[in-house]
Amino acid sequence: MIRIRGLTKRYGANTVLDAIDLDIEAGERVVIIGPSGTGKSTLLRCVNYLDRPDIGVIRIGDLTVDAAKARPAEILALRRRTAFVFQNYSLFANRTARENITEALITVQGKSREEADARADAILLDIGLADRANAYPAALSGGQQQRIGIGRAMALDAGLMLIDEPTSALDPEWVGEVLDLMRRVAERRQTMLIVTHEMQFAREIADRVIFMDGGRIVEQGPPAQLFDAPRDKRTESFLRRVR
Amino acid sequence: MRALDLDYMLGLVPVILGYVPLTLGMALAAMVGALALASLMAVERVVRVPVLDGVVQLFISFFRGTPLLVQLFLFYYGLPQIIPVLAGINGVTAAILGLTLHFSAYMAESIRAAILGVDRSQWEAAQAVGMTQTQSMRRIILPQAARVAAPTLVNYFIDMIKSTSLAFTLGVTEMMGATQKEAAGSFLYFEAFLVVAVLYWAIVEILSFLQKRLEFHLTKALAR
Ligand SMILES: Nc1ncnc2c1ncn2[C@@H]1O[C@H](COP(=O)(O)OP(=O)(O)OP(=O)(O)O)[C@@H](O)[C@H]1O
Ligand SMILES: [Mg+2]
Repeated sequence: MIRIRGLTKRYGANTVLDAIDLDIEAGERVVIIGPSGTGKSTLLRCVNYLDRPDIGVIRIGDLTVDAAKARPAEILALRRRTAFVFQNYSLFANRTARENITEALITVQGKSREEADARADAILLDIGLADRANAYPAALSGGQQQRIGIGRAMALDAGLMLIDEPTSALDPEWVGEVLDLMRRVAERRQTMLIVTHEMQFAREIADRVIFMDGGRIVEQGPPAQLFDAPRDKRTESFLRRVR
Repeated sequence: MRALDLDYMLGLVPVILGYVPLTLGMALAAMVGALALASLMAVERVVRVPVLDGVVQLFISFFRGTPLLVQLFLFYYGLPQIIPVLAGINGVTAAILGLTLHFSAYMAESIRAAILGVDRSQWEAAQAVGMTQTQSMRRIILPQAARVAAPTLVNYFIDMIKSTSLAFTLGVTEMMGATQKEAAGSFLYFEAFLVVAVLYWAIVEILSFLQKRLEFHLTKALAR
């Protein structure tokens, strides 16, 4: 169970997140859609403190982090309960595909190398990249890099997976394989918060779709309702534009 | 113009070669010290610890802003007058210390630039998986920065080997000091200094060759 209250982020006079309240149930798959510059990425980045929110409380399980008094140890603990998939993959350039997955298992979770390698190999098999285990990111296609990025997040067994536009930096030829993998992760009822512009994909995997605009949640509901019978005019006009 | 005394020159080669271990030893010791000190200062310059940052900046500014020879004299002839414990300092130690401090200032700047050159996304990815700042720096950022900085650092090492010749002004008999003594005995200055010049040159050429191999190896590793 994740509970976000009053999450606010400003850049100068620009209020990018305006007191966001959001609850996510365990196993729930939540998709965020909305126009560019609306604060979708910022919301994800504030949830794990890649960007520090100005105000707001985040609760994941028994951990509560309040922006007003968050200590470094709490921020670390928060990050250890979340996993992040980046738009531009952000694989560790000095680590092979397998090492990208084992790195945090060893340094953060304290697993032995054998244990971490076994986990990584199982994941590499799962994501169809067992034969690329020893390749460095520079030698992988965009689609392969993003699959490793997702594999790295899967390995963490995090309570919440934060995924920011996983396919929008990809050449069209690689989008399908990444969406397929995301579908499989979603099917396992991994709790996830995904920002995407892939509306068909959102409709398939989401338990709930959130429409954001101007740093606020304008409207949310099950995909059928939000996509087919939006209540707010802004949602409606956004959907008309992206279709 | 007189003819070169080739026999004398050939005879001198093994004599000066005998001092190569001392020259390389001083350079190597100073390189290890300078690398360690420079890495610490570079990391400090990136994360900027209050107060310490000012000290590090001052240090770098001083050691880049004054001649190495002046620094060596300051350590060897000057400091012992102020700090009596240093009275017994020998030339080799003073030279290693001076080279360490001098080159660490330059190397800190290249390492700092290399750290800042590592893409921001690498930091974010490390933070996102829950690594501490120190872990991120040690395991993700520094190794990538080291690859970028390595060729420059080898250049400094080459520079350092040549700079060990200044140690003879502190009374150290290394390659240059030995040559100076030989020349003073034989009065064949041109021959003597030509031999030592060629020997320095040969050492540097060998290192440049190794440097190219290293660069090749480093670029290959990231694109396997
Ligand atoms: N570091 C920053 N400094 C200043 N302004 C920022 C910064 N990061 C984001 N912003 C601003 O915050 C707003 C929201 O940005 P954000 O990236 O969260 O939008 P988004 O909804 O993810 O957009 P997109 O769909 O284009 O990815 C934008 O107006 C952006 O200019
Ligand atoms: Mg975004």
